Amino acid sequence: MDRYENIAIRAALMLIGVFFIAVIGLAILKGIDVPTCITDFPPFKEGKVIKLSDKEYQVQILARMWRFEPNRIEIPAGSKVIIYTTSADVQHGFEIEGKAVNLMAIPGAVNKAEVVFNKPGTYRFVCNEFCGIGHQAMYGEIIVK
Amino acid sequence: MRMEKYLRSMVMWHIYVGLLAISVGVIFGLLQVLSRSGIYVLPPNIYYQGLTLHGVLNAVVFTTFFIVGFLYVITETTLKEKLNKGLVYLSFFTMLIGTLLAGISILTNKATVLYTFYPPLKASPMFYIGATLLIVGSWIAVLNTSLTFLRWRRNNPGQKTPGPMVAVISIYTVWMLATIGVAIEVLFFLIPWSLGIVKSINPELARTLFWWFGHPLVYFWLLPAYLAWYYILPKVAGGKLYSEVAARIVFIMFIVFSTPVGLHHQYSDPGITNVWKGVHAFFTFMVALPSFITAFTIAASLEYAARKNGGNGLFSWWKKLPWGNYFFAYMISAMIAFIFGGISGIVNASYNMNQVVHNTSWVPGHFHLTVGSAVFLTFLGLSLYLANKLTGKKIFNEKLGTLSAYLWLIGVLIFSWGMMQLGRAGIPRRTNLGLAPYMTPEERIFMIIAAVGGIIMFISAVLFLINFVGTLLNKKEKEVELVEIDYADAYYKETNLSPIWDNWKVWIGIAILLIIINYTPVFYDVFRATYFVEGGYSPFSPLPMK
Ligand code: HEM
Ligand SMILES: [Cu+2]
Ligand SMILES: [Cu+2]
Repeated sequence: MDRYENIAIRAALMLIGVFFIAVIGLAILKGIDVPTCITDFPPFKEGKVIKLSDKEYQVQILARMWRFEPNRIEIPAGSKVIIYTTSADVQHGFEIEGKAVNLMAIPGAVNKAEVVFNKPGTYRFVCNEFCGIGHQAMYGEIIVK
Repeated sequence: MRMEKYLRSMVMWHIYVGLLAISVGVIFGLLQVLSRSGIYVLPPNIYYQGLTLHGVLNAVVFTTFFIVGFLYVITETTLKEKLNKGLVYLSFFTMLIGTLLAGISILTNKATVLYTFYPPLKASPMFYIGATLLIVGSWIAVLNTSLTFLRWRRNNPGQKTPGPMVAVISIYTVWMLATIGVAIEVLFFLIPWSLGIVKSINPELARTLFWWFGHPLVYFWLLPAYLAWYYILPKVAGGKLYSEVAARIVFIMFIVFSTPVGLHHQYSDPGITNVWKGVHAFFTFMVALPSFITAFTIAASLEYAARKNGGNGLFSWWKKLPWGNYFFAYMISAMIAFIFGGISGIVNASYNMNQVVHNTSWVPGHFHLTVGSAVFLTFLGLSLYLANKLTGKKIFNEKLGTLSAYLWLIGVLIFSWGMMQLGRAGIPRRTNLGLAPYMTPEERIFMIIAAVGGIIMFISAVLFLINFVGTLLNKKEKEVELVEIDYADAYYKETNLSPIWDNWKVWIGIAILLIIINYTPVFYDVFRATYFVEGGYSPFSPLPMK
């Protein structure tokens, strides 16, 4: 192996290292993370919105062929929302436009994310996993006032 | 190298089946862009049935048949040992029967479950059995190749494995390690469940087993393209492989790092601790390293070729590359697409960044640059090349080949750009967007742009097929006696290679160890946090199947 090749490999390794540290650094320092394993919340059979306090909501999203329950959620601006997803039938996805929230909704499993809505507006959420012939119509909205 | 007539024609049959698969596959690709953009909207049942065909035919049938056939040629021409004829036939027909069974169940709309077949969407048992036979058939080819390699080892003690064979070993090792996951999924869970022998299934467990297979699967597609870029392309371009050792190390790194990374498809999944997702992210970054090395080594090999052709200057040497040569055109288009494919792939791999793009249209934007171009174009170029070498027929029109290669590159860059913009806006993949109530007019425009790219890709594919069929219709120029593949010499040769670099047991052992380390905690999580559920569903009704 010649000198240039050596340099190229080292440079590539460094680049990869910087990327990895940046990504994990963001997760640790800023809390921008992917969903993790939870065992304290068994799969639920109904969707609901629970107001925990003025600025804190718990939303249980039940995905089913081919709608979300609930599919219209109203919250005041500045609210923190704890989202749980599961499915009543096949696999679905749950993704909020403009937010780094992207959860699979899997039957027999519960997924969780936390997200804060500061700006008022309407946030679309869609199903992003094929779930049958009605899949393209499966969406909902979070209305932040 | 004298290659028996049966093998030459069998390799061509592998290629025919593969190309037949994509001939149908790209028609549905065209329909998908038309339907998604609202230009010509398909009813949902046809859209998703077509998407299942598109994924299965292009990504599984085409690739597997082509790779098995191609690697037969590489194995015999580098080792100069004969493969077992009976096993060649057995493998081919097993794969063919499997493909037909799976194909019939998709065509009769009994398996509209996409190529990932996530339960509890349930296909007819024939679909899973067909998929199993396709894989088992490929295993027979691996067995055949392994026996041939071991015979070569016995007959050539002390010799190091020739470079192209290193690639073959890497490809088949990756494939064997990968298919363990999906074999467990299909044999122990899906088939008994779809036959009604067991009632329940754990969807998260199935996903985890599927993605154990799903990522190394992409290296099973990509590495044969690397094989061509390293060992054949430099010769065709008029140069040498820059560094033999680099090539060997790259293929070995893929053996080690290809499999313990499946969680990067499951960052959004429940039931798996994020730490393990981070560990798989780390190994995914590691497996990017050999691709960086490849970029360097191939660029250096091409620069050497260009300078030998009279190129000079710091940057202007590239003008002296054989841009008009059809083979070069396919490969270079493949590699240019792969630059963008690789970069977007690093975005996907980037743990939390994946939350923005997961399952959005970004993802098909990404992989039409990788498997849908880097791999696809390389295989198309090789198909023409092998047709010429193995049948002795002149290529119908080399310029048409060159044209179709560049046309595809233009098309796919437009297509992927549009799809990626859509993805960034949060528009999902696997979705008949023409009927989606939530698309905004601005988003529709990106999809129309993607459709323009898709139409160009389709035209390019048609040009290729005309060229290929035209080649077959040509008269034989000469009787094929010897099959000579243009293997490149090395510029930096392997000297004093430490025996460790030729010890496959060691590398395969390390790979298995890494799989055990990286997957044990994952399965532990899945078993403690997720459940089996009863029933199966057809895509046509929200009520469970009877
Ligand atoms: C004319 C050329 C092609 C066009 C226009 C095209 C178009 C598309 C589109 C629009 C999608 C996304 C559909 C959706 O998510 O709703 C898609 C998916 C896909 N394409 Fe292509 N494609 C073409 C060729 C290819 C080739 C050559 C390959 C691979 C060798 C390929 C592999 C795939 C795969 C694996 C999927 C994913 C299927 C799934 O999500 O289940 N495509 N294609
Ligand atoms: Cu869906
Ligand atoms: Cu992957």
